[in-house]
Amino acid sequence: MRQPLPSREATHALAARIAGLARPGDAILLEGPLGAGKSEFARAFLRAITQDAALEVPSPTFTLVQTYETPQGPIHHFDLWRLTGPEALEELGWDDLLQDIVLVEWPDRLGPLTPPESLMIRLTESGPESRDATITGWEPRLR
Amino acid sequence: MQPDRMAAPLGPVLGIETSCDETAAAVLAPDGTVLAEAVLSQQDHTQFGGVVPEIAARAHLAHLPALVADVLARANTAPASLAAIAASAGPGLIGGLIVGSGFAKGMALAHNLPYLAINHLEAHALSPRLPALGGLDFPYLLLLVSGGHCQCVAVEGPGRHRRLGTTIDDAVGEAFDKVGKLLGLGWPGGPAVEKLAKQGNPTRFPFPRPLKGREGCDFSFSGLKTAVAHAVAAYPPGALPVKEAADLAASFQAAVADVMADRARHAMAIFRRTHPATALVVAGGVAANATLRQALTTEATRAGFRFVAPPLRLCTDNAVMVAWAALERLRQGWTDGLNHAPRPRWPLDSADMKPEAA
Repeated sequence: MRQPLPSREATHALAARIAGLARPGDAILLEGPLGAGKSEFARAFLRAITQDAALEVPSPTFTLVQTYETPQGPIHHFDLWRLTGPEALEELGWDDLLQDIVLVEWPDRLGPLTPPESLMIRLTESGPESRDATITGWEPRLR
Repeated sequence: MQPDRMAAPLGPVLGIETSCDETAAAVLAPDGTVLAEAVLSQQDHTQFGGVVPEIAARAHLAHLPALVADVLARANTAPASLAAIAASAGPGLIGGLIVGSGFAKGMALAHNLPYLAINHLEAHALSPRLPALGGLDFPYLLLLVSGGHCQCVAVEGPGRHRRLGTTIDDAVGEAFDKVGKLLGLGWPGGPAVEKLAKQGNPTRFPFPRPLKGREGCDFSFSGLKTAVAHAVAAYPPGALPVKEAADLAASFQAAVADVMADRARHAMAIFRRTHPATALVVAGGVAANATLRQALTTEATRAGFRFVAPPLRLCTDNAVMVAWAALERLRQGWTDGLNHAPRPRWPLDSADMKPEAA
């Protein structure tokens, strides 16, 4: 499914909609090059699900993962940009964290660890403020 | 009462730092004199393009016991004669924090010594008070700029810190690392970008200055990183011509310096609402960047603040600052229980930075 996102607000609205559908055990994968708006989406998603519009969402690039307590249980926000493959993930307790909600930037690093039932959102730039989202997965839920 | 006038602890203090990729230990005399210190960087990380938490945790575990034995031997100090043992207990990578604080607690228990759980950011914040660095008086303004942190803090006393501003997205060191990777440079990106920028034209690319001129002293580097990515994407695939890469690096660095100067100017103005102009201290790995240092020195001078930049060895991660923060807290009579749990996130202005009784 392809969805144009003509403004930041449209990106935030999509993030809020997905946040409303997310449940423990879900994996939400955010693809796209540097600057495509993955972190923007992740921040809007976390602010929607915590119902805290001012929630601080620092980049998890340095620590690889930041965990948030939310009404939907813990959410683990990953940024795998610095990794070259999935080796370090197994030791980060990836398998255990999958029982919660995981939100993953740079999911191509997951390789064989990619959860089969995940929701994939690929963001591409269509203009300075506008993006296109290509959404794969969750067909019954998103219909 | 001034903390420095209070009773000094009776023996030396051991400090342990394992919150990121450096394994470090130090022994300080009660007056803050460094008796011995050691820092091991985990070279393994470079091949992974940075710090990989579990590799870091294992490397800390492998190196820490020998490192502690070494500093104690060089300080000519038996564990039983220490006044206390302290470790960084957050913020940082949880695996490393567990190794360092667990080791410190075990030693404290075995030798019946007090344990102190040190906030890594407070250790950075208090380090300019080390006697060897001139023993700066409270209050002062700290600009902490590293791979994982980017914030302005009013440092008013042990456990008394007010965060005036922080990054709303990426840390400044992270922006350098990402731009370094975009330009095809090695890890870490900071020194590589700075070196390349020396041959470049800083006015060639008009990169954005995120939040410049805006109220407050928050930072944002995500949009700047995106602008560099766009500029790089305009070239054909493959390695960039050196001249182009150098101009990109120089223009990016100029944008960062411009933003940092503006944010520091705002931070100093906010600080002045409640304090006299004292000193602007810059700490963290990014403080090594000469262009940023120059821009900050100019701003500090203009605002009537003294510019203080501890030597790089003491403003990047080290254990001297951990032991020093422990001494400052011991002088307040503060110690921590062995049940203190390390925390990956631990803001400097959280309520538990000061014991309730204090």
